[in-house]
Amino acid sequence: MTDMLIESRTLEDRIRRALPNDVDYASARLHDERSEHLRVRRNELEPIFTDYDTGVMISIWNGGGLGYAATADLSEDGLDRAVERARHWAEMTGGAMVSVTPPTEHPTGVYRSPVEIDWDTLPLDDRLELLHQQSRLLGIDERIVDWNASLVKREVDTLLVTSGGGRIEQRFRFVYPRLEAVANEGTNTQERTYGAGSFCGQGGAEVLARHGFGDAASRIANQALELLDAPNCPSGEMDLLLAPDQMVLQIHESIGHPLELDRILGDERNYAGTSFVTADMFGSFQYGSELLNVTFDPTVPGQLASYGFDDDGTPATRQHLIENGILLRGLGGTLSQQRTGLDGVANSRASGWNRPPIDRMANLNVEPGTSTVEELIGSIEKGVYLHTNTSWSIDDSRNKFQFGCEYGQRIENGAIVGAVRNPGYRGISQTFWRNLRGVANADSFKVMGTPNCGKGELNQMVGTGHASPACLFGNVDVFGGEE
Amino acid sequence: MSATVGNDHQSYFDELITGATAALIGDEVLLANVAGEQTDFIRLNNNDVRQAGTVEQRRLTLDLIEGRRHVAGAITLTGERSVDDTRVASLLTQLRDQRRLVADDPFLLFNDTPTSTERIERGAIPEPADALRDIRAAGAGHDLVGIYASGDTYNGFANSLGQRNWFQSATFNLDWCFYLQADKAAKNLYAGFDWNDELFARKVDWSTRQLTALARDPKNLTPGEYRTYLAPRAMEELVQLISYYGAFGRRAHETRQTPLLRMIADDATLSPLVSISEDTAGGVAPNFQSAGFIRPDRVSLVADGQYVDTLVSPRSAQEYGVATNGAGDGEYPESLSLTPGTIPTAAVSEALGTGLFVGNLWYTNFSDRAACRTTGMTRFATFWIDEGEIVAPVNVLRFDDTAYHLLGDKLEGLTDEAEVLLDASTYEHRSTDSTRLPGALVSEMRFVL
Repeated sequence: MTDMLIESRTLEDRIRRALPNDVDYASARLHDERSEHLRVRRNELEPIFTDYDTGVMISIWNGGGLGYAATADLSEDGLDRAVERARHWAEMTGGAMVSVTPPTEHPTGVYRSPVEIDWDTLPLDDRLELLHQQSRLLGIDERIVDWNASLVKREVDTLLVTSGGGRIEQRFRFVYPRLEAVANEGTNTQERTYGAGSFCGQGGAEVLARHGFGDAASRIANQALELLDAPNCPSGEMDLLLAPDQMVLQIHESIGHPLELDRILGDERNYAGTSFVTADMFGSFQYGSELLNVTFDPTVPGQLASYGFDDDGTPATRQHLIENGILLRGLGGTLSQQRTGLDGVANSRASGWNRPPIDRMANLNVEPGTSTVEELIGSIEKGVYLHTNTSWSIDDSRNKFQFGCEYGQRIENGAIVGAVRNPGYRGISQTFWRNLRGVANADSFKVMGTPNCGKGELNQMVGTGHASPACLFGNVDVFGGEE
Repeated sequence: MSATVGNDHQSYFDELITGATAALIGDEVLLANVAGEQTDFIRLNNNDVRQAGTVEQRRLTLDLIEGRRHVAGAITLTGERSVDDTRVASLLTQLRDQRRLVADDPFLLFNDTPTSTERIERGAIPEPADALRDIRAAGAGHDLVGIYASGDTYNGFANSLGQRNWFQSATFNLDWCFYLQADKAAKNLYAGFDWNDELFARKVDWSTRQLTALARDPKNLTPGEYRTYLAPRAMEELVQLISYYGAFGRRAHETRQTPLLRMIADDATLSPLVSISEDTAGGVAPNFQSAGFIRPDRVSLVADGQYVDTLVSPRSAQEYGVATNGAGDGEYPESLSLTPGTIPTAAVSEALGTGLFVGNLWYTNFSDRAACRTTGMTRFATFWIDEGEIVAPVNVLRFDDTAYHLLGDKLEGLTDEAEVLLDASTYEHRSTDSTRLPGALVSEMRFVL
């Protein structure tokens, strides 16, 4: 069960033999995944869950058509059936496709997640004890009515082979730690978490220390209790300072998705939506203030969506998407670049063996500025400092948004004066980023990720990476909860 | 030409678990769940194919129990018996190793009174080439974008006590839009067991006529409160949001995380016009859950605006000392039904008079979950109606309002017909969830952006 399939030369040979030579292009993408899910809720261990998922997607381009077939049957017969099914689809769709240009490259390469401390050096009973410790630190008061600590370890090995001898081997190792405390008093329920799941990444046991997993539980529980007695967030137009674990969401929804070329091309209009960004904006559109610098960077060691190649086999490199506020480049893989004639990035990605690749975010990061967080706070006459996303909603063109946070702090005359509950804010992407008036320096820069980004028809859930310092926005519509 | 549903998957699962049961040690109990599909997908944009292919997958989940010690795991089945037998044996060995490290599971509960069931829906779904031809013919001259999915889906439960449950259906689901321009589109869905050319043509005609209305100059509305009709698809977004966040789940109620907290911790109510149930008998989801419990045909959740009951999973039943009613671990409705009202469905524009007709809502979430204050966007066909007549499409608006208004004191009425809405979701696998919803007329709905 634990043998790594990408090390099986027999299987690779079988896949290579199955790929046909009499078509324009063929590829096989093997995806072999193993994960362990541990969760302690209210000081009780829930059943340990171990998950294995393996399969292959065969893709065939031929005669102007393209078809895929996904199967978990990796036998010679199973692969042959998948090839024939994909070939049949290519025949059916010839003359009916949005794009008929098959790939020409047969790339080779290897990627491995950087692992400093092998996960297995932390034995299972030690992992369970760690979670029990955190759980005890969360459940500190009778007003904490629910709490849990969890760890997910996930290993994904992929192997892309092509009919012309291409071979891309990638080994990913992920860790997803979570903490959650829910406090209640009457009709007031407040939740505080460990970055809302954003403090995840690639690597081994060292991922736990990156954001202080072992030290966070007491703070989370105490802040949940603090929120019970806090006033509602004030309403009105004011300055808004966003902590990195809210910037994750802000970047993701109002920069990442609007820049996806497949949305601009209309592929997603029936489900995820379109974009207010149009092809003519690249190269000239003032997306944000001059302080805004955004990179697509799959090379950041340990970030959630780092990789060497996308699932089409395109080598991944760092690119500036927005520089000094000007929109330069979109998020689109080779096919979307061909269809739009625009520059893009290597971001054609699939959630697994049973889903075809589409344009996705990878690591999408706001580059640090020069201010300290204290300087940003000191510059605010009236505002709020919001932490950790809890609610997200945005229109299908990725313009009118409303986001909510777990924990807020009111700022008056340059100083934090107290906590506020149920903080939210709303705005319009096109104007919001132009009101960016401060970007904190590398001291507050955090490398995080979004484990579950949904998109696509077929629906797919993938992890995306986001890194950011704290950022300050002016003239934002802020509000609180119901009285 | 049409595909038919066979029983091969059912027999395969039965034999696989019978074999695994024979290899159990001592007093071990095995619970097994399988979810599988063989689905043809055609994704379209601008009436051309973006992606097309077939996915064949079978996921097997095993719970291994000894006394009250309990661990679980899942594998993907290959369909080749010798390989799958080996994978099952290997997983069970690993689970036994893990079980040594765990204490008793205080919330373990499984059905130990075997109750076997079978439901197989045979359909007449078109061959993919025929579907592709018909869909593209319907989309000729239009900017058609969407997804077509068809084929078998199945769910099975088995345990080492001899219980066997099987649910299988062959369905198709075409979820599509005709786009006019930018974000103006007529959204439609055609799903079922038997493809009917005439019914499909009627739906295409409805979408084409809606494009005509969308072609008028759009109207920008300023933030404020508007008299609003929420069509069944818009209602679906609202009820799914509160459902998935525990509005009807026992655990969320006990831990005070339910969006309906004010109904159980205070004296808030919904409108007496609102009665909500989990209507398993009227839905298309399996009537069994992962611990082997059989779901009742119907569970009343809200009656005449008053909280009645929750969906209780076996684990919650143990934790909170109440009886399970066969809910899944997520404790959200899979076949939610809202009882219709008295507004004639054919005359909703007249009933609305002057106000907003909202065909779809989108990306709903909470502004204040404990107060069930929700937000979201209008999407696709949203029109300004004046004295019962369509005046203009309306550019997208953000609402921010509580369920205690929208389904409470601002609710004027519900339509007399409820629409069955099959969930087109395909995250990991094709969904079997559905809702049965009327439209709702709201005297004031708050829009903020």
